[in-house]
Amino acid sequence: MKAVVNISLKAGVLDSQGKAVHHALDSLNFNNVNDVRVGKQIILKLDETDKTKAMAEVRKMCEDLLANTVIEDYDIELS
Amino acid sequence: MKVTILQFPGTNCEYDTQYAFEKLGATTEILWHKADKIPSDTDLLVVAGGFSYGDYLRSGAIAKFSPVMKAVTRYANNGGKVLGICNGFQVLTEAGLLPGALKRNDGLHFISKHHNLKVIKNDNIFLKELACGDILNIPIAHHDGNYYIDEDGLKELEQNNQILLKYTDKDGNIKNPNGSVDSIAGVCNNNKNVFGLMPHPERAMESLLGSDDGIKMLKGFVSA
Repeated sequence: MKAVVNISLKAGVLDSQGKAVHHALDSLNFNNVNDVRVGKQIILKLDETDKTKAMAEVRKMCEDLLANTVIEDYDIELS
Repeated sequence: MKVTILQFPGTNCEYDTQYAFEKLGATTEILWHKADKIPSDTDLLVVAGGFSYGDYLRSGAIAKFSPVMKAVTRYANNGGKVLGICNGFQVLTEAGLLPGALKRNDGLHFISKHHNLKVIKNDNIFLKELACGDILNIPIAHHDGNYYIDEDGLKELEQNNQILLKYTDKDGNIKNPNGSVDSIAGVCNNNKNVFGLMPHPERAMESLLGSDDGIKMLKGFVSA
């Protein structure tokens, strides 16, 4: 089973990288962009085949290590 | 007075830190991160600056799982005096021993320069020999020094006198180099035995090198 974890700064936490990218897009005349958030993606290959168990395990990984929940949100996609 | 200085793979300020505390008359020991206990004669435990584990994932995120960190947490929870400088501050926030988190600097650049700091609170074992309002010239050198805490957390820090240092100009007016909430440069925990700061007092020990204000700050750490 594959897990794709997307991590980004929480809404309300200023994303300086997103702001810089937004500014750069603007200067390239991509003026229809309202907001940019930059995050990171972590792709895990798991031995687990049970979706519920895999989800619980990856969620624990996020809470313990992959995300800093003081400033970051995460979401998990399993396939 | 015995100062124990933690060393992770990627730590690079351990010897400066050692120099600083030995100059102040302390005996020191550098402790590799595989250790499972803190030497029992330790009076002050320092998590030194650098780039532990290459700052992979997030600054300090991997170091918090080093074997020694369980002992650090026990030491801190038993009231031991712990100081985190720069990457050490990041490690202590990641480990949950200090509140908040350190984000990428607002300007996205690595900042390395001398900066002024104002002492905000001195009712703690760390800054007790300084006066509130004292200005210190201490170098900063970080990419992820943008201190973040949510509004409720900030109120708690203020109420408990946990904000110890802020970035200012030489006259004490707020001057924020990296976007930190409330221009915060250093905080302590609720019990006031764990202190973290982004600036490097151990690099301000010789006036020949730009400032010796680090002596003023650190000498209080090694007095009883």
